[in-house]
Amino acid sequence: MRVTVIDYKAGNLTSVLKALHHLGAETIVTDGDLALVESAERIVLPGVGHFAATQRLDATGLTPAIRAAIARGVPFLGICVGMQWLYAGSSEAPEQPGLAHFSEQCTHFAESHEKVPHVGWNSLEVRKGSRLLAGVEPGEFVYFTHSYKAPVTADTAATTFYIEPFAAAVERANVMGVQFHPEKSGATGLKILRNFLSWNSTEEGKGTE
Amino acid sequence: MITKRIIACLDVRDGRVVKGVQFVDIVDAGDPATQAARHAREGADEIVLLDITATHEGRGTLLDTVRRTARELFVPFCVGGGIRTADDAAQVFEAGADKVSVNSAALKDPMLIDAIGRSFGAQAVVVAIDARRDPEAADPVREAQVYVQGGRKLAGRRVVEWAREAENRGAGEILLTSMNSDGMRTGFDCELTAAVSEAVGIPVIASGGAGTVEHFVDVFGRGKADAALAASIFHFGVSSARSLKEELARAGVSVRLPC
Repeated sequence: MRVTVIDYKAGNLTSVLKALHHLGAETIVTDGDLALVESAERIVLPGVGHFAATQRLDATGLTPAIRAAIARGVPFLGICVGMQWLYAGSSEAPEQPGLAHFSEQCTHFAESHEKVPHVGWNSLEVRKGSRLLAGVEPGEFVYFTHSYKAPVTADTAATTFYIEPFAAAVERANVMGVQFHPEKSGATGLKILRNFLSWNSTEEGKGTE
Repeated sequence: MITKRIIACLDVRDGRVVKGVQFVDIVDAGDPATQAARHAREGADEIVLLDITATHEGRGTLLDTVRRTARELFVPFCVGGGIRTADDAAQVFEAGADKVSVNSAALKDPMLIDAIGRSFGAQAVVVAIDARRDPEAADPVREAQVYVQGGRKLAGRRVVEWAREAENRGAGEILLTSMNSDGMRTGFDCELTAAVSEAVGIPVIASGGAGTVEHFVDVFGRGKADAALAASIFHFGVSSARSLKEELARAGVSVRLPC
């Protein structure tokens, strides 16, 4: 299977590509070739770093192309900042809109005695019916590194607790996002990426609703 | 709940894992890619590869070793040693590292921290600090000094202050090595680790001195460390990350147990 990986110059793609290859996927990387998004079978939007970097998706015309692909039913996975971009925006860069596929805003962790960024392995509370996180058992951990997070809503596929509960994963039909790094989360992360790679629309209805 | 991280450290020289005591008396401990994979399989939360000869011999980081080690590694992978410029860092990231650790070069040019952070994000920048207490000082912890070039040279900075500056410049984590304890297996320097951990808002990885499970319990408690680095405790089959973590869990430390 073929995965189109979007490069918007926010950090390093090597780890994501390596994990996808390990799972047998063929990858195509693009930083603005809209034809590659139009013909995409699956799209992964990685991303570490600052939310402002997603401005490049607007500047290159990738935003409407991805929106159209999602509307066609192409399975989409956003990782870390790539997940946050699915929301209306983030307080990290208030002037930069997200895709607004999910209407909420991402915000900084509340002030507390805990350290921010949230770095390390934390557990997931998976909501019943998540297809992306199928087979992830209680007691499995995934690797996080972030200071901003999405709120828990009806579309949340898994919550994690750090300072407060937040959305570790979001999922509505073909649009999925993970705040953690599945490419860095050992066997659990690879299982989640495998679920994404085998996601197909014919199974729709087994989803979260 | 967030877990305390156990990080396996591979000191690499000429493409081989080595282990020394207080940075000298070095012995061979295997192939980096094989060792990294084994540690990950046994439950290490992260792998750090430090090219210990890079700085003082003026060599570049072993990109081939990094590439080979990263290939089948699906846990966070940090590489240090010989990273002097943002371009050096970019090459290491391209070879498959998730984080770089900078030490001497950041002391010489602190803007290096800002530069790597701007291009790759704060989460990708670990500032490694080699620290030694000054036994003559009135407050050996507060006045602990930073050393460079593998512990050969005084940097002229105090540890706690340098850690704070590193954070302000955009470091994502501090890797604090106590050179008094390194390789001694007598325990981490919990007082110094706690002093740094309380001074910064970013995670602190304690390093140097791991010998028993109790030492880890201590540095996560009294030492307020977010993660702890172990090298010699894992080599030569002395102990695995799995058995270490099982014992830590029994001692009440929150850890990720391998599946």
